[in-house]
Amino acid sequence: MATANLRFGRLYRPTLTRHLLLGLGAAVLLFAISAQIGAYDDYNLTAVAIFAVAAAGLTLLTGLNGQLSLGHGALMAVGAYTASLLLKDHELPVVVVLLVAVLTTGIIGIVFGYAAARLRGPYLAGATLTLAVALPQLATRYKSIFGGDSGLTVPPSAPPAWLGADFPPERWLAWIALAAAIVTMVLLANLLHSSVGRTFIAVRDNEVAAALAGIDVGRTQVLAFVISASCAGLAGALFGYWSGVTAPAGFGLGLSLQLVTAIVIGGLGSLAGAVWGSLVLVVIPALTSGMASTLNVPSSVANNLPLAIYGAILVIAMLAAPHGIQGALQRLLALARARWGHLPAGGKKGVMDWDDPAADP
Amino acid sequence: MKSPIVGSTSGMRGIAIVCLSGLLAACGTSTADNSGTNTASAPGITASSITIGSTQPLTGPAAPGYSEIAPASNAYFVYLNQHGGVFGRKVLYEYLDDGYNPTNTASQTRKLILDTKVFAMFSSLGTPTHLAVVDYINSEKVPDLFVSSGCNCWNNVAKYPNTFGWQTDYTIEGKILGQYIKQNLSGKKVGYFYQNDEFGLDGVKGLDDQLGASSIASRQNYVPTNTNVGPQIAALQASGAQVVVSFTIPAFTALALLSAAKLGYHPTWVVSNVGSDVTTLTGLVSKFSQGAVGGKLLGGIVTDNYLPFSSDTSNPWITLFKQIHDQYIPSLPFDGNVVYGMAQAYTLAQALKAAGRNPTRSSFVKSLESTKLSGGPGLAPLGFASDNHLGYLGVQVAIIAADGTVATNGPVYTSSDSGPISQYSGSASSPPANGIP
Repeated sequence: MATANLRFGRLYRPTLTRHLLLGLGAAVLLFAISAQIGAYDDYNLTAVAIFAVAAAGLTLLTGLNGQLSLGHGALMAVGAYTASLLLKDHELPVVVVLLVAVLTTGIIGIVFGYAAARLRGPYLAGATLTLAVALPQLATRYKSIFGGDSGLTVPPSAPPAWLGADFPPERWLAWIALAAAIVTMVLLANLLHSSVGRTFIAVRDNEVAAALAGIDVGRTQVLAFVISASCAGLAGALFGYWSGVTAPAGFGLGLSLQLVTAIVIGGLGSLAGAVWGSLVLVVIPALTSGMASTLNVPSSVANNLPLAIYGAILVIAMLAAPHGIQGALQRLLALARARWGHLPAGGKKGVMDWDDPAADP
Repeated sequence: MKSPIVGSTSGMRGIAIVCLSGLLAACGTSTADNSGTNTASAPGITASSITIGSTQPLTGPAAPGYSEIAPASNAYFVYLNQHGGVFGRKVLYEYLDDGYNPTNTASQTRKLILDTKVFAMFSSLGTPTHLAVVDYINSEKVPDLFVSSGCNCWNNVAKYPNTFGWQTDYTIEGKILGQYIKQNLSGKKVGYFYQNDEFGLDGVKGLDDQLGASSIASRQNYVPTNTNVGPQIAALQASGAQVVVSFTIPAFTALALLSAAKLGYHPTWVVSNVGSDVTTLTGLVSKFSQGAVGGKLLGGIVTDNYLPFSSDTSNPWITLFKQIHDQYIPSLPFDGNVVYGMAQAYTLAQALKAAGRNPTRSSFVKSLESTKLSGGPGLAPLGFASDNHLGYLGVQVAIIAADGTVATNGPVYTSSDSGPISQYSGSASSPPANGIP
């Protein structure tokens, strides 16, 4: 699809510069938006940014490296509990808390990544599922450390004094989360365009071929797991600040499935898709909230309704747009270009390849 | 409780000013301030309405029974609104489901405060759930009224100046139940079965205060996520406990009774008010035993209450609440949860009226601290004051008969977390003719 001209143009714009400029543009735009909207919208914007960080990490693992994880909610719990325990007795700057959470979750990621690299398909899914189910139970078991079902409260990060006394704390947290999301996206985008990113894809597409090409398959898989877990840890720590409480019920299986839903709906393997998916995650519950009470269904039905809705959305999304929101957008763009745009060299007007998801990397 | 600001001169002056303005507000309620027109005096208050919000377990593990509380409160508010409201304002009650999940409570509470912009939080249910948001609600200076939990965490005036409890706290309840055991079941071996969180532990604190920690034959606890209580009940049986005090939620009271019956173990059960509603328990017992056992299993249970029992048809408050129930929420069972929700709503109506025509958030809190509200339907008096944010101060012991009727036993006792138990000499008030304060 891409033309020789485009490829030539890319040589003059190094990847890093391009991503930094994109990141800077996004930062300016989002900070301007956050300053215009109300406190509750800022609070929801923060949630989108947090899910985007976790989903970006998961899409790298699942979409680009081919390892399905149903346990990312539990890895977020690791980040959140790390932050909560750090802030229990000490006042620490946000940056320090976030970095420690990333490191801790990264270490857990190494341990679990080694196990995961030996497993394939349903066995990998089962092992990560165990993580999602078992890890939050530790908080109930070791109540004196983790606070049991009540969990641990997370003191809010107060806006700095120079922003003024009336500055809404929700906007300050939105800025922190957006900054974390943009930094994560720029770093991941660079990584994916580097040789490391290409080894991830090579391993996903064919492990034997990758190994024959000299790639250490196991090491690549562990590396992908560690990077992905670190993103989940960062998202978890931010989630703690956002929610004000870290409790086991907040990191149940539902959260892990939500993250998988986000990357599939958004477009598997694409960072932009992770952002779309996160938007859906925040918007859909807002639409369905209160549905359980207004529908007047028995509690056994109402309890499971939110999960059932996610399942239904997954099925419909798979049928309607198998490459997710990002895939659908790229096709529309390609279709428009093919229909009305300049003729690409060697291309035929009005013809496009539907099977090419026009993947980003 | 020692407040950190007491002792500094400026702190004292601050308290004096607070008390003085509280007095002025109280005086105002009976005279001039109430005339005039309604203004939008605070967030959530318009000339024609007051919006309040709540988080409730409409779904999830705590939903059975407790999901009736908010609809019952709402039924009372609809009744109130049809009878003129408070100073002509309608009370609009927005309650959201948190599924008894603290993380959901956090986001739903922010939705109510930042998006719906409620005047106050009201009746938010649950200890773990409300602990997740109590700091936030106070940092936003939103009145946090009548938390549906007997944890004494809500009575912390220095840390949570805007938070008020309502039901008798678990420690006081434990003390009065302990006193009953000491007086009426003396010489028998006592064991505990309790929920391993603030609810159970606070109750145990009160029981130990009366019974002496060293005299307890066995202490068994449970977590609500594990429904197998067989081992704990077997341990109580092995210890030879003839009296088992149970600080349990309804589902676990039912499980404990069934496990004991299966083991042929028949101690005298003393069950906290939280887990002893006859209608809810009968339903749970027959559901868990697939209809094999009914309400008969409840015969002989010793419990307590700070409100009249829903089965007490001679009580004028029950007549009033039953009438409202039949008119607005006939599909719900008329049980202790419905009485609870309506009684809470009545207390709120009292407090809104006492705060005057155009309250602000802070003038409302000051009014609640300085106005002596009648206990309304409550058996014991309300304790709200500038140094006390606890609601009802005591309970009356009651015994459930095999046919499901409940008979009160002895006088109403009041106490505090650290003070002695005393007999309450006052009598319950009767409802106003039109049922609104």
